[in-house]
Amino acid sequence: MSSTTSLGQLEVPVNRKRLAIPHFRFPTWAVSWLQVGPLMLILSVLFALPTILFLVVSFFDYDRIGIYPAFILDNYHDLLTTPSTWRVYLSSLKFAVIVWGITLFLGFNIAYFLVFHIRSNMLRTVLFLACAIPFWTSGIIRAIAWIPFLGRNGAFNQILMALGVTSRPLEFLLFSDFAVIVTYVHLFTLLMIGPIANSLAKIDRSLIEAALDAGASRWATMTNVIVPLSKTGIALGSLLVFTQVMGDYFVVKTMSGGQSASIVSMLSTEITAMQYPPASANAMVLVVFVAIMVACMMRVVDVRKELVK
Amino acid sequence: MIVGGPSRAGAVTDKRPWTFYALGTLFAAYMAFLYGPMLVIYLLSFQGENGGVTFPMVGTSLTWFSDIVKPGQMANIPVSFSRSIGLASLVSVLTVVFSVAAGLGFRRRFPGSGIVFYLAVASLVMPSLLVGFGIGLGFQFLGWETSLFTSALGAQLTWTLPFGLFAMFAVVNRFNRSWEEAAADLGASAFQRLRHVTLPILLPGILGVAMGAFTLSYDEYARTTLTIGQHNTLPLEIYALISSATSPTLFAIGTLTTGGSFVAIGVTLVLVVRMQRRRTAASLKVG
Repeated sequence: MSSTTSLGQLEVPVNRKRLAIPHFRFPTWAVSWLQVGPLMLILSVLFALPTILFLVVSFFDYDRIGIYPAFILDNYHDLLTTPSTWRVYLSSLKFAVIVWGITLFLGFNIAYFLVFHIRSNMLRTVLFLACAIPFWTSGIIRAIAWIPFLGRNGAFNQILMALGVTSRPLEFLLFSDFAVIVTYVHLFTLLMIGPIANSLAKIDRSLIEAALDAGASRWATMTNVIVPLSKTGIALGSLLVFTQVMGDYFVVKTMSGGQSASIVSMLSTEITAMQYPPASANAMVLVVFVAIMVACMMRVVDVRKELVK
Repeated sequence: MIVGGPSRAGAVTDKRPWTFYALGTLFAAYMAFLYGPMLVIYLLSFQGENGGVTFPMVGTSLTWFSDIVKPGQMANIPVSFSRSIGLASLVSVLTVVFSVAAGLGFRRRFPGSGIVFYLAVASLVMPSLLVGFGIGLGFQFLGWETSLFTSALGAQLTWTLPFGLFAMFAVVNRFNRSWEEAAADLGASAFQRLRHVTLPILLPGILGVAMGAFTLSYDEYARTTLTIGQHNTLPLEIYALISSATSPTLFAIGTLTTGGSFVAIGVTLVLVVRMQRRRTAASLKVG
C-alpha cells in the first residue's frame, strides 16, 4: 500500500504500518494451511501422484520387451473377462467379510470390557499393553507361528488328543481357509480394539446413568446409547480391518498352502514379470473396489464429523 | 450396577453383573488365542541343534540365537536389522513433526480441510503393495534408483502420516483450548504457548504417535518390498528366509523382538510415570 503513495503522504502510512506490525496476524486459515501443508505435500507427491501414474499406465500397451504409451482398454478387458479374477475377488471378499465379523465381535466386547468393566486405570493400561505387545513382533513371524501350532503334530492337536477330544490329529487345521481366517483374526483384532476403545472411553458416563435411571434395560442402553455413540470407532476399525484383508500379501499365500490366492499376490506376480500395464489395471480395479466399500462405510457413519470437531 | 467406571466411587463394592464374568472369560480366551502361538514360537526358538520348525523338541540349545549373528548363514540379519531401526527412527521423527503440526492445524475449520482429510483416508486404506508399486513405477519413469532413504521412506510415510494424523485427532480432542487462551491472556507469544503449554500437555499422545509410527515402519513389508532397491530391511529379509529355507532362527528373531519390546515398553512406562509424578509435584508447588 505504502509503495504506491507519493512522497508527501509517506510519513503517516509508514508509521502506522510500523505500529501495526506487532499486531499483524496471519489469517487463521493460512496458519492451518502452514501446519497441514507438509503432510498434504508428502501425501500428494508420494500417494496421489503414483496413483495417477498407474491409472495412466493401466491404459498403456505392452509386449515382452517394453511398455508403450497408448489408450487402450485391453488390459481391463482381459482382466475382467478372466474367470480367475472373479474367483480371487470373491474369495478375498469372503475372507474380508468373515474376518470383519469376527474381529468386530471380539474387538467391541474386549474394548467394552476394558473400558467399562476394569475399574483400575493401572490394570487397564497393563491389559491394553498385553493386547498390543504381540504387534511388535513381525507380522510375518506371527503368521508362520501358527504353522507349528496348527500343524499335524502341532501344539493344538496335542492338546486336543491329550484331552481326548479327538483320537487322530485334525488335518483341516493347517493350510486351509480355516488357517487363513485364524491368522487374519490374530493379526488384525487390535485394529478393531483400538478405535472402538477410544470412542467408548469418550462416552459421558452420565448418559448411561440417565438411560438406566429412565428405566432402560441394560440391553436397551447398550443398543440405543453405547453402540450409536461408539459408531465412529466401529467404522474406523472396520475400515482398517477390511482394507488390510483386501490388501493382504502373504497370509493367504503362506497359510492356505497354495489353495487360494489373494488379489495382491496375483498382482505381484504380474509386477515381477514386468507386465506393468495389466498390473496397473488390476491395481485400479482393486482401488475402485476398496474405494466403493470405504465410501459405503463413510455414508453410514460420517467419520469426519465425528473425528474433527 | 452396569457400568462401574472409575468415576463412580461407590461402585467398587457393588456386585458385578453376569456380563462382567462373560466378558472376562472372553478376554481371557482372547489372551490365550493371542499368546498361544507366540508361546510356541518362544519355545521352539530354543529347539535343539538337530530339531526343525515343528514339534517335537529335540533337546534344547541356543544355536538358533547364535545363528542370527553368525555371518554367512543367515546372511544379513544384523545389517538389515540396523537398516530397519534407522528407517523406523527417521519415519517416527518425521511422522511426529508433520502429523502433530497437521493435527494442530485441524483444530479449526479451514477451506480445503476436506480434501486433506479424504486424501489421508485414501492413503490409509490404499492396499499397501499398490503404494509401493506406484512409487516404484514413478522412480522407474524418472530413471532414479529406488533406495532405503528415498523411495522406501516415502512409501512408509504414506502409511504412518495418516495414522499419526488420526491418532492426533484423538489426542487433540481431549485438549482444552482454554489453557492456551489463558497463556495468551497472560502475554505468552505463539512460540511460548506452543513450547510451554500445548506440547507438554500433548506429550503423552505425541509419544504414542512416535511409538506407533516406529512399529508400523519396523514391521512394514508390502509397501517396502517394491521400493527398497538393493538392500533389504528386516521384514523383507525374514520373508526371503521363509521362502528359501525354514529354520528355528525365525522364531529366535521373534523371541528377541518380543524381549526387546518388553524392555522398550518398560522404559516408556517408567518415563511416563516419572513425567506424571513431576507434573503432580509441580502442580502441588504452584497450588
